[in-house]
Amino acid sequence: MRALPWILLAALALAPLMGMGNYPLHMLIQVLLWGFVYTGWSVMGRLGLVSFGHGAFLGIGAYVVVMLWNSYGISPWIGLPIALVLAAVVALLIGYPCFRFKIVGHYFALVTLALSEIARLLIVALRDHTGGSLGVTPKTDLTESSYSLVAMQFSNKLVWFYIVLAVWLAGLWVWKKVDQSMARLALEAISQEEDAAGSIGINVTRLKLGITLISALMTCVGGALYAQYQAYVNPDSVAGIGISLQMVFGVIAGGMYVRLGPTVGAAFTLLLAESLRLMFGNSLHALDSTIYGLMLILFIIFMPKGILGGALEAIRRKKPMPVSAQNA
Amino acid sequence: MLSVREITKVFGGFKAVDRVSFDVAEGEILGLIGPNGSGKSTTFNLIAGALAPSGGSIEFLGRDIAGSPASHVARFGIGRTYQIPRPFRKLSLLDNVALAAYYGQSEQPSREKAYAQAQDALGLVSLPSSEHARVDGLGAAGLKKLELARALATQPKLLLADESLGGLDESEMGAAADMLAMIRDRRGVTIIWVEHIMGVLMRVVDRCVVLDHGEVIATGKPHAVANDPKVIEVYLGTDAEEVQKGIAQRQGDAT
Repeated sequence: MRALPWILLAALALAPLMGMGNYPLHMLIQVLLWGFVYTGWSVMGRLGLVSFGHGAFLGIGAYVVVMLWNSYGISPWIGLPIALVLAAVVALLIGYPCFRFKIVGHYFALVTLALSEIARLLIVALRDHTGGSLGVTPKTDLTESSYSLVAMQFSNKLVWFYIVLAVWLAGLWVWKKVDQSMARLALEAISQEEDAAGSIGINVTRLKLGITLISALMTCVGGALYAQYQAYVNPDSVAGIGISLQMVFGVIAGGMYVRLGPTVGAAFTLLLAESLRLMFGNSLHALDSTIYGLMLILFIIFMPKGILGGALEAIRRKKPMPVSAQNA
Repeated sequence: MLSVREITKVFGGFKAVDRVSFDVAEGEILGLIGPNGSGKSTTFNLIAGALAPSGGSIEFLGRDIAGSPASHVARFGIGRTYQIPRPFRKLSLLDNVALAAYYGQSEQPSREKAYAQAQDALGLVSLPSSEHARVDGLGAAGLKKLELARALATQPKLLLADESLGGLDESEMGAAADMLAMIRDRRGVTIIWVEHIMGVLMRVVDRCVVLDHGEVIATGKPHAVANDPKVIEVYLGTDAEEVQKGIAQRQGDAT
């Protein structure tokens, strides 16, 4: 049984080499990429810090890297660290006052909601540099070759698959490290009884800032990769309320208390979006958002642990012997 | 070891605590008493760092701690309990207490040591220390014990025990009082015990500070305080019988 995850991982890593079509491969890359982003969100979200502002970090990752490349010819390899620093600064600027003054729960969610919208509006307002709501494409460096390491551009989807796979695995590793740390217990304690946590010496502000930083940086990396992979971003796809809500929905649908839950959520939201698109085309514009909203309510009521969380629980209940399902 | 000087706390226009001063000597159990609304909980929260004083100083082991955040105060060596227990409900008892041991000491112990200290603290208050023991199912007395264990795991030199024993019956109250005495005797922890019922407290405290309307109205040995006309007036003799009973239960107290 212990070898099972590794076998599945090997199968996943080898699957594209078996002559997978372009479209399934594209979907797989998307699932892993968004799975990583959702994992990053859940690292803090499952500890009671529900953020609707992660669109801002996604947007910083995507736009900073693309803008630096387009305007100054700065390689994404340098642009990404710059974007990370910026995302960290924004995370601290929004996090510190919130945590210092005990803005928690719904109020925290509202503050972060504003953040993601500010990011979107900024991108739109700076249209001379960002292309506004029409979006922007990183200048191609693929005129002579099928790949450009400097520009982080690869025309071969396989390359992207392995990049994204590695990043996704790194995300799961971060989750595991956080999970095994005393800080996770402390953050759970904080989410239940913040004052009592302080009274036993836990530095509430510092721990919350730490986890927010990890989460923001992961999301920022996800945004940068998304822009490079798609070779196109627009404000709605990487910033604003829409994408931030979608993140929360995906995570809740997949299950944020188990390690693979966010990835399952990413697969679920992508499949849902794709099938809606195939069924209705682009004629019904806000249909997907409406359905997300409805399903979000249904999930919260009937399956609060999400698809994977609920499924694991059902399996555990069926088996007479308690399996040490250490997926979390 | 603790010296409170003229601390004042103003909420809006209301002086909840007005120039309160008292000292706590190492190894004693000090009863901080007074009727509801007398400012004892506020005083307690000022010492614990849950509130910042509007004025005055609080010196603990030679360091002014007035206005320090609660998490710092905990690491300086002051543990506290809550009047209404605030357990981390979704964590096991052991994790509840281990967190205190891990984060609440001036020098952070290893994880193994923190868990060993947590088991020790749980044992001291006679709560189960297995990994599976949960908070659910603990009664009022059990939750009080958990509060104590969590505070003790920070290895405090001074324990602030906010013991509104309201939810407990008489024998549980007696047991809680004996537990505080046992903690002082075995661990050498100095204790400030906040209470509004005087009876059971009289059994174990060495000295009392009585507050009323935010001011200290009496300080001294239990029976001296209990016979103080000002204190009797404040309590309107409501539990005079209980007080006498508590004093009668004191063992080997010649004064």
